Amino acid sequence: MTDFSYTILIPLIPIFFFLIIGLTGHKMKPIISGLIGTTGLSIAAILSYFTAYQYFFNTEKIDGAYQKILAFNTVWINFTDKLHVDMGVLLDPISVMMLIVVTTISLMVHIYSLGYMKGEKGFARFYAFLSLFSFSMLGLVLATNIFQMYIFWELVGVSSFLLIGFYYEKPSAVSASKKAFIVTRFADLGFLIGILILSFNTGTFDFISLTDIHGTAIASGSGIAFMGLSTMTWSLIFVFIGGAGKSAMFPLHIWLPDAMEGPTPVSALIHAATMVVAGVYLVARLFPVYAISAPDGLTVVAYVGSFSSLFAAVIACTQYDIKRVLAFSTMSQIGYMMVGVGVSRYGGHEGLGFMASMFHLFTHAMFKALLFLGAGAIIHAVHSNVMTDMGGLRKYLPITHITFLIACLTIAGVPFLSAFFSKDEILTAAFHHNKLIFFVQLFVAGLTAFYMFRLYFRIFWNRDTHYHHTPHEAPLTMSIPLMFLAVASIFAGYIPFSKLVTSDGLPLEAHIEWIVAIPSIIVGLLGISIAFVMYKKETTIPQKIGSSFKLLYVGAFNKFYFDEIYLFVTKKIIFNYISRPVAWFDRHVVDATMDGIAWITNAVSFRIKGLQSGQVQQYAFVFVSSAILLGILFIYLFSI
Amino acid sequence: MHTVIPIEYFLVTATLMFFAGVYGFITRKNLITILMSVELMLNAVNIIFIAFNRYLYPGQLEGHFFALFVIAVAAAEAAVAIAIIINIYRNFQSIDVEETDKMKY
Amino acid sequence: MDILSLFVIIPVITVLAIILVKNPMQTRLISAIGMGIQLLLAAYLIYAYFAERNAGNMDEMLFMKDIIWYEALNIHYTVGVDGISVAMIALTSVVVFAGVFASWKVDFLPKEFFISLILLSSGVFGFFISLDIFTMFLFYEVAVIPMYLLIGIWGSGPKEYAAMKLTLMLMGGSALLMVGLLGIYTNSAPNGGPLTFNILEIAKVHIPIEAQRMFFPMTFVGFGILGALFPFHTWSPDGHASAPTAVSMLHAGVLMKLGGYGAFRVAIFLLPDAAHELSWIFIILTSISVVYGAFGAIVQKDLKYINAYSSVSHCGLVLFAVLMMNKTAMDGAILQMISHGLMTALFFALIGMIYGRTHTRLINEMGGLMKVMPFLGVAYVIAGLASLGLPGLSGFVAEMTIFVGSFQHVDTFHRVVTIVAVSSIVITAVYILRVVGALLFGPIKNDHFLQLEDAKWYEKISTVTLIMAIAAIGIAPLWLSNMIGDSLQPIIDKLTIMIP
Repeated sequence: MTDFSYTILIPLIPIFFFLIIGLTGHKMKPIISGLIGTTGLSIAAILSYFTAYQYFFNTEKIDGAYQKILAFNTVWINFTDKLHVDMGVLLDPISVMMLIVVTTISLMVHIYSLGYMKGEKGFARFYAFLSLFSFSMLGLVLATNIFQMYIFWELVGVSSFLLIGFYYEKPSAVSASKKAFIVTRFADLGFLIGILILSFNTGTFDFISLTDIHGTAIASGSGIAFMGLSTMTWSLIFVFIGGAGKSAMFPLHIWLPDAMEGPTPVSALIHAATMVVAGVYLVARLFPVYAISAPDGLTVVAYVGSFSSLFAAVIACTQYDIKRVLAFSTMSQIGYMMVGVGVSRYGGHEGLGFMASMFHLFTHAMFKALLFLGAGAIIHAVHSNVMTDMGGLRKYLPITHITFLIACLTIAGVPFLSAFFSKDEILTAAFHHNKLIFFVQLFVAGLTAFYMFRLYFRIFWNRDTHYHHTPHEAPLTMSIPLMFLAVASIFAGYIPFSKLVTSDGLPLEAHIEWIVAIPSIIVGLLGISIAFVMYKKETTIPQKIGSSFKLLYVGAFNKFYFDEIYLFVTKKIIFNYISRPVAWFDRHVVDATMDGIAWITNAVSFRIKGLQSGQVQQYAFVFVSSAILLGILFIYLFSI
Repeated sequence: MHTVIPIEYFLVTATLMFFAGVYGFITRKNLITILMSVELMLNAVNIIFIAFNRYLYPGQLEGHFFALFVIAVAAAEAAVAIAIIINIYRNFQSIDVEETDKMKY
Repeated sequence: MDILSLFVIIPVITVLAIILVKNPMQTRLISAIGMGIQLLLAAYLIYAYFAERNAGNMDEMLFMKDIIWYEALNIHYTVGVDGISVAMIALTSVVVFAGVFASWKVDFLPKEFFISLILLSSGVFGFFISLDIFTMFLFYEVAVIPMYLLIGIWGSGPKEYAAMKLTLMLMGGSALLMVGLLGIYTNSAPNGGPLTFNILEIAKVHIPIEAQRMFFPMTFVGFGILGALFPFHTWSPDGHASAPTAVSMLHAGVLMKLGGYGAFRVAIFLLPDAAHELSWIFIILTSISVVYGAFGAIVQKDLKYINAYSSVSHCGLVLFAVLMMNKTAMDGAILQMISHGLMTALFFALIGMIYGRTHTRLINEMGGLMKVMPFLGVAYVIAGLASLGLPGLSGFVAEMTIFVGSFQHVDTFHRVVTIVAVSSIVITAVYILRVVGALLFGPIKNDHFLQLEDAKWYEKISTVTLIMAIAAIGIAPLWLSNMIGDSLQPIIDKLTIMIP
């Protein structure tokens, strides 16, 4: 057995560098802190690649299946005799795959930010937060138990909060960060309740015993409990609420577009490639439990994912802020992944969706990070992120143009680029499982191609915009990550995922099913062609279409008014109709009662204070007469 | 042949004196008179002490001592009281008790 | 001299020394030294406690000392500690130490201020070491009375009103408590023999259920008033808002914990049957506290009011967990007391420091302070994150222990109210982020804020001490949780034996 105990260093290195940069960063030159952070992350990345190599190719399998390896484990706190939270490292195919994703993207973002954030105030703070995020995300993917996952889940949430609010002097950034934190926190409430129910039923937090398909945990709580679903299903649905919040699934998606207020590299790292897929990872982590004891839970996952992907794709077609388009695209692609796990079942070929979903997670991380970093380079050059300020940029930014085009082709599902394979597997799984979802996803694939090429043509072709100062290509620190990720986007599809990452650890026979692949290629090309016609040159077609589908267009442009609905619920209902009355009640009822008691005491004493007249003779009279009366009383009483 | 004066004589006298004192204490407005009333009450008590001592424990002297003690205390008290009265007079230009009601509420 | 009595004696000696000195600087130094010694002593106590336990001493209480005080009523000065008291003593010494540094610049009657402050702390220490409920009550009163002076003299705003309200409500609680304690005393020997105030002795007997029913609510409410039990919490917002910084720190950080500690050490431990029978009423009240306090905090504008309501919510969670009467939840309750004590002390210290600079506590008049005072800003964010239960800081550990513990209850009622209480974590996030956003982020609203200075050295000492304690518990909670958990075992045993 290979010794994996060194893997604990992978998350520990970033936190160590976080402390160094955080405590001493304001004293050192900005670039030094950036280099320190990047060095730390490169070490972690190298260790991760080594781990992946060791795990996939150098570890003996049992019955041909990859095993879960507990590389490190220590008790963090004891709750009861059975329930204890451990901190540790769990290696299995998905966590090792996530290690690669997180460290690769994080390293690319670290390098990219050396150029992008140059000269920004708080450069050291930025790198400190990036390290904190990398630590939290690595801790999350390596978690050995659901509670450790929850802990790091919260930590990634707060890192995301800090990074979205990086420009803390900008009110919009502050409110975006608050919104992101509170919405995901609300989802985490569901996660926590899910954990509580799950642990109450199964008596364990541990992933290995939870997901042991022959174990007792997985079979518990299967009786019908509430509204026709078992306790287990309910707990997993609650857990999924947490995942949906982090992964910006409908209706908890509203924080993701606003989160684009953060620096663009942050959007690439957190809000495209790593943190937002945590929800998919969570479902994947608990997949055997979902698949075996709560298939209804998976159905919920599939429908939520499918609806979110359609919903987001429609909105993405109408947005003008390039980062928001990408944000909705992210949401839509995560919807795909959710569909992938949702239509899958445990074991064998049934597990195709699971494999496809993980595959798509991997490829998506590469091309979406590339898109965001490309967008960052464009914003860096144009100083705007609204696409109406752009146009004809292909002349000025050749590298960004090519890499961006590669990413767009990938996401559109053009054959033999990476996303073609992964998306195709998801569609195949959906085709065999649920035809409705299959057609929705097929349509979304077309929409995806359309809005991505709308973005592409609008930025790099269309009219020649006049710029105040000529846009210039990004520095090397920024273009190297772009090129690396472009290569990854092209070739990631050739990684034999079906042999490595599957629901039961056994290799799977996956091949392209042309009955699914051909329609998907057709809709993809159709989407691209429509975008070509509409946006290659400056035309009036978009306006015409927009006004002929006015209702839909305006709705989608305003994100179907979900922000307004949430604002209504929070501002109006919670703030004005709950909190204010509570505060009023506290002051004017509860406190007034207490003051009232004091007031009554006061009033009574005011009334009787006349007895204290200050006339000594009056006192003497009362005294004497009372004494006499008492004397008479006692004589009368005791003489009987 | 001497006859014994019955104790009731003393007690009635003392009671009359005492209540005269109480009456004076309650009704008179002049502080000096009030002081005199107090003295009257003290002396009434003294008489009772001595009378009971003579009739109940003829061989002992506690009652007499107590009476003497009260007289001494009364003297001291009179001195203090008159000093207070003088101060009150200085402050209020009067020794009428109804005007010295600073101690109310 | 036994180590525990030192905790009462050192403050008294410090007070005597302060009386002798002349200038404010010496006063501060002596206070700082005295409380520094106290802090070291607390550290030593933790060490000595573990040394004893590791040496195999499994007595319920360690370092016991017993002096007859008033024989006729069998009142003793009995002291002794278990893991819970050790933890509370450590909390108190940290908060008092930080409090001394936070009030470094008190310039009005500094001598008297420090005397009252340290006298108060001696009362608190005395309370935690006492095993005799009479002595305990005595120290409780010693702690409450200086509070009146501290708020009434050194406070701000409507200070007389606040001081009076706080003292009267707490005294009302004391009155109930006194009756309850005497009730326990008179029933402490149902089988004949001398009556006793000693907690360990009383715990061995079975107090008749009728008496328990009568005295449990009195004792619990009596302590509950101090622990901000709804609807007797309203002294907290006004009191905290008017109190000077160090007093708010001590009051919210430590004094309110007397309520939780007493509720569990006296009310639940000595009257377990009635506690089981009547707990549902108080569970409902405390779960209201938890949610209600949090909602109340959302709309407040004054930093101190926000914190006072947040304390109502967090301390409600303490009493809530105590009433769950299982080991994990109670463990969580003690952790929550410590954690809340530290973070609320940090909050009040920071609010005091910010107020000292901006001369306002209204959040809508502030903004962008992070730019001018990064140290205080970061510290405030840390305090806020601790308060909303971020992992790695103490609040998370405490809250999660409570939630997991409460949810293990077999009764559905308890699990449902747990979910109600859990929902407070979202509301907490809302008001904390609202404050942090309005106070520290965004553009600077007032030009004269640009000249403000960051923290001074003594303020940094105060802040860093508290932050380190918060982080230490948050990162490595195992030792503390085990220390508390082991000491809870006898109490849990008693609770289970009493229930047939």
